[in-house]
Amino acid sequence: MQPFKTLTAKAAYLPISNIDTDMLVPKQYLKTVKRSGLGRVLFAEQRYDADGAPRPDFVLNKNPDVQILMAGENFGCGSSREHAPWALADFGIRVIIAPSFADIFYNNCFKNGILPLRLRAQEIEELRAKDMPITVDLENQRVTQGRLSFQFEIQPSCKEALLEGLDEIEKVLKLKGEIEAFERKHFEEQPWLGTFHA
Amino acid sequence: MPKTLYDKIWKQHVVHDFGDGSVLLYIDRHLVHEVTSPQAFEGLSVAGRKMWRHESVLATCDHDVPTTDRSAPISDPEAKLQIETLDENCRAYELRYYGMDDKRQGVVHVMGAEQGFTLPGITLVCGDSHTSTHGALGALAFGIGTSEIEHVFATQTLVARKSRNMRVMVDGALQLGVGAKDLVLALIAQIGIGGGTECVIEYQGEAVENLSMEGRMTLCNMTIEAGARAGLIAPDEKTFAWLKGLPLAPGHEHWEKAVAYWKTLRSDSDALFDNEVRIDASKIEPYVTWGTNPEMGAPISATVPDVAKEADPIKRQSRLKALEYIGLKPGTPLDGIPVDKIFIGSCTNGRLQDLREAAAIVKGRKIAPTVKLALVVPGSGVVKELAEREGLDKIFKEAGFEWREPGCSMCLAMNPDKLLPGERCASTSNRNFEGRQGYGGRTHLVSPMMAAAAAIKGCITDVRKML
Ligand code: SF4
Repeated sequence: MQPFKTLTAKAAYLPISNIDTDMLVPKQYLKTVKRSGLGRVLFAEQRYDADGAPRPDFVLNKNPDVQILMAGENFGCGSSREHAPWALADFGIRVIIAPSFADIFYNNCFKNGILPLRLRAQEIEELRAKDMPITVDLENQRVTQGRLSFQFEIQPSCKEALLEGLDEIEKVLKLKGEIEAFERKHFEEQPWLGTFHA
Repeated sequence: MPKTLYDKIWKQHVVHDFGDGSVLLYIDRHLVHEVTSPQAFEGLSVAGRKMWRHESVLATCDHDVPTTDRSAPISDPEAKLQIETLDENCRAYELRYYGMDDKRQGVVHVMGAEQGFTLPGITLVCGDSHTSTHGALGALAFGIGTSEIEHVFATQTLVARKSRNMRVMVDGALQLGVGAKDLVLALIAQIGIGGGTECVIEYQGEAVENLSMEGRMTLCNMTIEAGARAGLIAPDEKTFAWLKGLPLAPGHEHWEKAVAYWKTLRSDSDALFDNEVRIDASKIEPYVTWGTNPEMGAPISATVPDVAKEADPIKRQSRLKALEYIGLKPGTPLDGIPVDKIFIGSCTNGRLQDLREAAAIVKGRKIAPTVKLALVVPGSGVVKELAEREGLDKIFKEAGFEWREPGCSMCLAMNPDKLLPGERCASTSNRNFEGRQGYGGRTHLVSPMMAAAAAIKGCITDVRKML
């Protein structure tokens, strides 16, 4: 996974709350057995008209190089499908700034090198008001733009994973012995979990 | 210290504490389907890793499968590839798999619970948000993404942080004609689709105890629509009766011991929750959504709200947009909105009791001539067979419904069952997002009884008048 440290880029703003996973990737594009290539269908129903031509006024069509996305609360609600962060990552989005995120989507972002970052709606408004690049500094948990500067909260383990671009499975498999010991005891206590009679 | 049910299950599954608020959580059981798994299998094999415990997996195909004649080949090449990929992966990893030609195939959450794969006190995951359904049996069950599926395949664990714990206390009794679906739609309208964010919700109270297992599954199923991580209901005699004798439930050699353990799985009476919501079940009417997310709902006696009066500007904008999409004007009574299609099915309301309740309304009546299509899609092959044994299929077919093969179908319209642009549907599914049931389609979420009533009258209507 690509590590994330700092990023300075222009942000696109979608003033919509509850942006759901069906909006991020309409389901006709979910029938893939690969992770890559979904960037072109990100927000497809907003981005293209019925004939498949890009709508010039849609924010991502205006800024195809955007790496930071700002939006309203409860971003990523709906399904657990990772196609949504895959599409965002494939499009080139590295940071999403919103007042709140749906839980599963939030977790999925970290597995795909995307930083979901919570700022207050008021702070997002201030960032948006100036049409200037934004700097996101993960190490110091800070978002700056000119003289504006906001602190954000993030779980230490999530931060570390992004900073180092860690493979979580590799890390957890180092605890193999502990998992095995747990499993033995667990199945001793609840023997019906270890076997199926059918 | 007194503990909640969630505290107890969580503690039972902590393998390792990372000391930063996150733990390594052991995962007992894992449901798999065709849409979210291919990239996880691919990742596992690319990294050259073994599956930790293949017995912990139960797989089926549901999202893409056609609900028409199963002997015909799948016409959509992409759906076909996804299903064949699952077939192959299940073979390669020796997984328990109920494929398209298996009588036990069905919507993953309907199928898992009716096979006894879901048990009280276990941790259960699936690459699907409605995994929350299984909380109805007292399992800590939640949806995960594809990277996490791969993580569970490889390690039988997840790195997880404990959620906050919310209690929803439902006092009183539900009225006749009002069910678990109405209860949960009323709850979501009250707390909002973000109301349960970062929470595990435990349901308690008289009305919850009185729900059937199917009703409890409907309630926990839609808990995710309130943004919660999982729903939980303490197991009781009803739960044990549901499980007894199911193919994958504990056999007689373990039964007594299992039940004795399961009985300890309830929140201590003095346990503290982070927050609490109370609902009076006796006041709930049949519910209908009027907008494009599940919190935009109202009792059947209400009218479409005047969203322009909403104080919060972001909310106002999204509600205005919702009304424009759904094609309704403020002040329009919900009772009387004409519908084009009816969908009865999904992991929310595709179980036997749901079909029985709908059939009781349909019996001896005909669907309105203006209804273009009324679909009944049983949640699984088992549900279908049991329903046919009771003659429910005949009741539906005589009324003009189509009786289909099991699958997700028009819940998310990944197969050929879809709404066309502008078509309006009374649907027992769980999401009324824009385009969810087909591009431009308009969804009204309702209970099975209400969907049946809408089919007969040709419009959304108060089923209590038809009882
Ligand atoms: S029935 Fe609908 S909500 Fe349930 S698993 Fe299938 S698509 Fe998802």
